Amino acid sequence: MIRYILRRLLGAIPTLFLVVTVAFFLIRIAPGGPFDAERALEPTVLANLNAYFHLDKPLYEQYFRYLGNLLQGDMGPSFFRRDFSVHELLADGLPVSMLLGSLALLMAVVFGSILGCIAALRQNSWIDYTVIAIATFGITVPNFVVAPILALIFGVALNLLPTGGWGGGHPANLVMPVIALGLPQVAVIARLIRGAMIEALRSDHVRTARAYGLPTRMIVVTHSLRAACLPAVSYLGPAAAGLLTGSIVIEQVFGLPGIGREFVNAALSRDYTLVMGTVIVIAVFVLIFNLIVDILYAALDPRVRYE
Amino acid sequence: MSDTQTDIQIDELDLGTSRSLWATAWLRLRKNKAAMASLAILIIYILIGTFGPMLTTHDYDNSYRDFTREPASLQLYPPTEDILPSAERVITRARLQPQSVELDGDILTVTATSSREIDERVTRYMDRSDLFANTRVIEISPDNLTVTMQSDVQRYRFIFGTDSNGRDQLARIVIAIRISLLIGAAATAVALLIGVLYGAIAGFIGGMVDSVMMRVVDILYSLPFIFFVILLVVFFGNNIFLMFIAVGAIEWLDMARIVRGQTLSLRRREFVSAAEALGVKPVSIVKRHIIPNTLGPVIVYTTLMVPKVILLESFLSFLGLGVQNPLTSLGVLISNGSRDIQGTPYLLIYPSLALTILLFALNFLGDGLRDALDPKDR
Amino acid sequence: MTDPILDIKDIHVSFDTPDGPVDAVRGVNMKVIPGETVAIVGESGSGKSQAMMATMGLLADNGTVRGSAIYRGTQLIGMSKSDLNKIRGAKITMIFQEPMTSLDPLYSIEFQICEPLRVHGGLSKQAARDRALELLELVQIPNAKDRLKAYPHELSGGQRQRVMIAMALANNPDLLIADEPTTALDVTIQAEILALLADLQKRLGMSILFITHDLGIVDAFADRVYVMRAGQVVEEGPAEQIFNAPREDYTKLLLGAEPDGTKDPVPETAPMVLSANDMVVTFSSGGGFLGGKLREVKAVKDVSLSLQKGQTLGIVGESGSGKSTLGRAILQLLPSDGRVVFADNVISGLSRHQMQAYRRDLQMVFQDPYGSLSPRMTVGEIVTEGLLVHEPGISAKDRDRRATEALRAVDLDPAVRRRFPHEFSGGQRQRIAIARAVILRPTVMVLDEPTSALDRSVQKQIITLLRDIQTELELSYIFISHDLSVVRALSDTVMVMKNGEVVEHGSTANIFNAPTSDYTRHLMRAAFDLKSVLKEHANTIA
Repeated sequence: MIRYILRRLLGAIPTLFLVVTVAFFLIRIAPGGPFDAERALEPTVLANLNAYFHLDKPLYEQYFRYLGNLLQGDMGPSFFRRDFSVHELLADGLPVSMLLGSLALLMAVVFGSILGCIAALRQNSWIDYTVIAIATFGITVPNFVVAPILALIFGVALNLLPTGGWGGGHPANLVMPVIALGLPQVAVIARLIRGAMIEALRSDHVRTARAYGLPTRMIVVTHSLRAACLPAVSYLGPAAAGLLTGSIVIEQVFGLPGIGREFVNAALSRDYTLVMGTVIVIAVFVLIFNLIVDILYAALDPRVRYE
Repeated sequence: MSDTQTDIQIDELDLGTSRSLWATAWLRLRKNKAAMASLAILIIYILIGTFGPMLTTHDYDNSYRDFTREPASLQLYPPTEDILPSAERVITRARLQPQSVELDGDILTVTATSSREIDERVTRYMDRSDLFANTRVIEISPDNLTVTMQSDVQRYRFIFGTDSNGRDQLARIVIAIRISLLIGAAATAVALLIGVLYGAIAGFIGGMVDSVMMRVVDILYSLPFIFFVILLVVFFGNNIFLMFIAVGAIEWLDMARIVRGQTLSLRRREFVSAAEALGVKPVSIVKRHIIPNTLGPVIVYTTLMVPKVILLESFLSFLGLGVQNPLTSLGVLISNGSRDIQGTPYLLIYPSLALTILLFALNFLGDGLRDALDPKDR
Repeated sequence: MTDPILDIKDIHVSFDTPDGPVDAVRGVNMKVIPGETVAIVGESGSGKSQAMMATMGLLADNGTVRGSAIYRGTQLIGMSKSDLNKIRGAKITMIFQEPMTSLDPLYSIEFQICEPLRVHGGLSKQAARDRALELLELVQIPNAKDRLKAYPHELSGGQRQRVMIAMALANNPDLLIADEPTTALDVTIQAEILALLADLQKRLGMSILFITHDLGIVDAFADRVYVMRAGQVVEEGPAEQIFNAPREDYTKLLLGAEPDGTKDPVPETAPMVLSANDMVVTFSSGGGFLGGKLREVKAVKDVSLSLQKGQTLGIVGESGSGKSTLGRAILQLLPSDGRVVFADNVISGLSRHQMQAYRRDLQMVFQDPYGSLSPRMTVGEIVTEGLLVHEPGISAKDRDRRATEALRAVDLDPAVRRRFPHEFSGGQRQRIAIARAVILRPTVMVLDEPTSALDRSVQKQIITLLRDIQTELELSYIFISHDLSVVRALSDTVMVMKNGEVVEHGSTANIFNAPTSDYTRHLMRAAFDLKSVLKEHANTIA
């Protein structure tokens, strides 16, 4: 098991390397530079800036310098917000995104699986149809519609919750972002679990369990739910990585200082190092969660073994 | 043979009602009310997208500076009581002193004086306002200091209101629907083309080629792709053509996997072996046996991909990275609408509804097609 | 006569389907008395399984049941789930056809055997575990102690069925319902499982209700028989009587459906049409791009054979024997080593393009009549596809005429040309597949289990058809099957295969009457003399 994890982590290095490389060159081929946005700088100042950030060196040299620094854990200073290092900016933004993301994830897992199970067990009843309606709504209506509409209803019309802002992480400020972030995931998970559960309940081995007089609780929990979790687990890997690394839309609509917004701003202002930093963080999350999913999957399904 | 055999004899088959699987699927789809309603809605959207911009009374990029942020209503603009004050304002702006301003139905008659000689071109000042058109000089005093003009009063309806630039929201939604549908169709076509070719080649050739090609897809999957698209769009400027490529480039991955899986499983089916045993050429096998049988899932997946693509485009546009002014898309409209939900909630609600209904219709149609083409209960 | 433990009266089962209600069982009466073995026999769709599923409250959601089923004075139909659960798995237990899917793949077999023990017997964890081990030993699983922790996918099909039986016996049931428990298994495994069941019944004294389509099993195994057709019991009686003096036409038909007749050997002077020397087929798995170790499996090992004009070579073997692989390799549909000569031309190692010229002479018919016809093509297009390749010059009209002829040759109404495969039954589809091969007027046909997916009565028609076509067109057949009785009826030479090797090769008469190898003898007995196998087994136990 430990050897498997180590091997997988080693196996992730090439992918990570690829991400870094592609992102690095993609940014650099693009027209524009980090200092274009500001009012025309004195040529000497610009030259100084470029020299300071080594932008006057050939691209390959910059690349290897960046890789070298990265290996030592240094992602460099932000080009745009020059008083901060990329580290500091990520350290500020990531906790915000992760807090929102983990709450949304929790909401997705809890409500998604409960709704999915109930719907599957009461197939074709009104409960089932309600769940399907919620799921369809959650999947169909994009979060950049849900978020402002929520703000409109609860923030403006009912005046119950603040329409935006971080407020130092005050719970009232979290409610709407978490709902807007979690709702689509609740929908997907409910739908996945419902489908897989119905299939499991129809399977031959559940027929066996019924034929052997096992109580409903055991049939549902032991013999159906475990199998029904499998597709949701596979889905949740990349989804969790996406949730924890921030949602651009939600952070923008509610004005939250997470790394999703940081990324877009960085990209717009050609903040090379900050863009790289966010891409790396996201890639690392994706890789870690894929690994977690594979471990979970193997734990749930004995047919899958670490290879 | 004895007639007690259990194998159904040919004569028992009703030779009149032979149906292909396609025909059966269509029959099944017709029974699905949600899918048929969605199909109708989709057709309406396509009609709106095609002909709507020709039918709306306003141009989508025409700003009525006099009517910014007007709420959605059936009311005529300007309201009658506002006409005379507005007319006086315009006249004053033309450096004239209004003597009499009369409104008779939709005809405005103005008499004004000036300390300087009045040029006939003074009518232009009137026409420059959104309210008045076709201004003509009725009478001009011999000393050229007094003029009487008549204008047709222009009155407008803004059923969905106007935005902060005074553009008619209905016209903008209609053009946005056209753009969203266009991008949906074009990007889906891009994804379809790449995905089907890639998947079919990988699946049909199989072996080493397949595993290399699929490893590439896996790696692309593990990249934070949406971020690459954002980078792409941010750095290379935003034009619609790039949107197609960017969105199509993300979505082809799923299509490639589905087609490959289908092709692979079809290759193992005995009717493909049977065709090989007959000596049918690989090209013909693909044409006659593989493609018609992958078509079902591909159609279903394509229908479900269109809403994803529209969503992705709206998402990018929402972030200000997609379609640019003066052109617009539903994502842009929603983004603009969400900026001032307190003051102009209707700017958020109508485009949101337009997008949501479209996405619902496409999703329901896709689900209906899946049930019709691939019924699991059989 | 003692009181029955299970008394089924006027059971009706119907299913609500999108195409309207379907009556699967229409008024069935059955009885099982203590200690007896009752068989329900019927072909597919006769409702034999559904009658028992309904009794046990296991119908699918769209099924409804009417009637009465009384177990020791208790009405089972309409009983509350919790009451029914006191009987299911304790007093009445079941085993099913698919041992692979009937066990939960996510749990160890120990867990699954213990579940009913703990639920019904209230056993402690440790007691249940001890009993599970005992049961595994009872069903003769080797190394039972080590196998407790195994998962279903780690066991063979026969072992999985033994685990199912262990589960069924866990609570000392009164009645064991076995729903086609050996259909998915090879004949030799089938014999072992049946012997085990017979032996356990003798020792434990429960009743067995055995649902099957295979009359051979019934004859060896059952005391009393119900024959079902189209949802109704057509005939019932003691096994002796059903087999020796059937009253109903349908029963007679079923009994007569066992393939009969033999094929006379071709004269030695008949010209050689096809020969294959030292055929080897190797499958490799894994070892892809960056993926795992390369594993190679030899599916066919140095097999040689020859075929004369008009001859039928039967290739017999159990699953995994490499018989189908060999058939495909001969037709150059799989990469293989070895030398294949057809009509004095070496065809092994030819490119696809070079092979084209020989394809029309070498035709193939496949096992699965549902999978071998392209679902989106009409029957006419399917049948004439070969003409497009091999006689591209002929007009559409001529193609249509040829299709008509070919369909007539397989006893199908030519009007079916415009219909689609999904509108036909299994037997009809197999006729279409044969028409597709015959239309090219081939020399050799490889028939890969063409009758295995069909009911016995339909099988018999296809065998007759194959015989007729062979004489008419002077065809040579390579007939691949696991079904010894079909091979005996059609072949004049037989090859027995096991694990990719030829075990025995000779004339049909010799192989069937005087097999020389142990394996062949074993196979023959399991297939044709189940009775004596069971008897012998019983004696060794006693």
